[in-house]
Amino acid sequence: MEILVCVKRVPDTAENEIEVNKDGTGIETDDLVYSVNEWDNYAVEEAIQIRDDVGGSVTVVSVGDEESEEVVRREMAMGADNGLLLTDDAFEGSDGKGTATLLKAAVEKGNYDLILTGAQADDGAAQVGGMLAAMLDVPYASLVNTIEVLDDKKLKIGREIEGGNQEMSEIELPCVLSIQTGINEPRYVGIRGIRKVASIEIPVYGTGDLGVSADSVGEAGAGVKRLDYYVPELGEGAEMLEGSTEEIVGKLMELLKAKGGIK
Amino acid sequence: MAGQIFTYITFKNGVPDDSALELVTAAKQIAPDASPTAVVVGSGIDALCGEVAASYAEVWKIDNEAFANPNAEVTRKVLMNILPNDGILLLPHDTFGMDLAPGLSIKMESPFVPDTVGFEAVEGSMLKCVRQEYGGAASTHVACDIANGVIINVRPGAFQPDESKAASGQVIDKSADAGDLSTKRVYLETVAAEVGDVDITKEDVLVSIGRGIEDEDNIEIAEDLAKAMGAVVSCSRPIVDAKWLEKSRQVGTSGQTVKPKVYLACGISGSFQHLGGLKGNPFVVAINKNAKAPIFQIADVGIEADILDFLPELTEAIEAL
Repeated sequence: MEILVCVKRVPDTAENEIEVNKDGTGIETDDLVYSVNEWDNYAVEEAIQIRDDVGGSVTVVSVGDEESEEVVRREMAMGADNGLLLTDDAFEGSDGKGTATLLKAAVEKGNYDLILTGAQADDGAAQVGGMLAAMLDVPYASLVNTIEVLDDKKLKIGREIEGGNQEMSEIELPCVLSIQTGINEPRYVGIRGIRKVASIEIPVYGTGDLGVSADSVGEAGAGVKRLDYYVPELGEGAEMLEGSTEEIVGKLMELLKAKGGIK
Repeated sequence: MAGQIFTYITFKNGVPDDSALELVTAAKQIAPDASPTAVVVGSGIDALCGEVAASYAEVWKIDNEAFANPNAEVTRKVLMNILPNDGILLLPHDTFGMDLAPGLSIKMESPFVPDTVGFEAVEGSMLKCVRQEYGGAASTHVACDIANGVIINVRPGAFQPDESKAASGQVIDKSADAGDLSTKRVYLETVAAEVGDVDITKEDVLVSIGRGIEDEDNIEIAEDLAKAMGAVVSCSRPIVDAKWLEKSRQVGTSGQTVKPKVYLACGISGSFQHLGGLKGNPFVVAINKNAKAPIFQIADVGIEADILDFLPELTEAIEAL
């Protein structure tokens, strides 16, 4: 099975305190630690496991700036066979549809049976996989947390739905699936693994290579545009307990007793 | 300028989801004089449509056995057939809305705004929406031209439900317009979540842990505190993904919905999916070493501390009582 996995380089929210920058044009990017989007990492692991099971190849593709090459290479160190980087100044500021347009062009340069994305990324949109499937006119399922290959034309899949229940379906190939975290346990990638793939050439495609018009992607093609960033205000905010640890523990115990938190 | 507003009604066991009434409020934030039309797709849904009509002047019913089980792939085709090109469609940003809406926006050639938490007035055909990024750490205004309609996924719980139920609307049967219902994705069954050793939905006090616990071995710290308090340990999604606790311990939309009196959120950042599982207005104490964690915005009391240091101190003090 020929599998394409779409990955994104994102600020690692587990490693960073995300702060809005002074101009409100974005987040503070100084000293940010970046990594591969967590959901995408599960998607790559799933693709590798399917390939190891039924044969074929795994290609990892990313839309981003040149730095995104590092996450493509990291996923190759996990065991993906090929990498692909879609980068061009004209791609900057793409909305979800713009990103899906670029990925569609990359898909059409190959011959893929299965396309995986993460269920969502840092913008919490959960949109690119569904858009890509619609553009390719192939079936789609989101939030997939189990995949079983039935034959070369069909998969049995589970979607994670509300309450931890699982919706099982059969889906025809080719298809696009968005992958939920917890579907597997992504393997660890060490420095040695990265070194092994350090010299592999990763093809880079721009506007011309993909055959997309520059005004259909990037800022120019974005139907949904971000205007600003600001610090959210939800509700009144917590009363912060201050003082020494001992004082804070004392105050908290009084509150817990009053609210029935200590039996 | 703007087109007619439609809302997509999700439901379970014949009962409309809370979002059915929240989307009325959302529609009125887009246009104060809006009279949105509800779209209900299902099988044997007359009673359901009647209930929805209490809140909507018009309910479009698409009733077909093909929808006895949810299938966004088929529902998408139906909506393409019945919605006008400049229609504004609001859906809940739940597991069905996420499955359905992005692809629908491509097919309808309308922009898509996911996980929306607020709207500002429409100017001409430009609509400004409020979203959040980075797990709620940053908010952003996004603008889109809705002259060719728009598909908007609205975050569950972001709008107050409109309880007025004064519409006494009419149900219009659109079933005949549904069109081709063939699909390349066939529903098989729904597998119920596994029942765990402890039922966190029945507990009054929860000590809930997230990423801040850092390591499986540290869970003991939370268990010690829970024991001292007479509470039970629950968790957020990453703990279950790491297989450190059972799925039945997870609070959130994809886990359990809990209604405790007191909720200690320990090292939990507070994503909307997590908070979606926390109901009944409990007293929330947030303990997090990141002062900017979104959980501090909804908690009653906050403590900026590393839970690995703080929880043992609290346990010791309670044990000394």
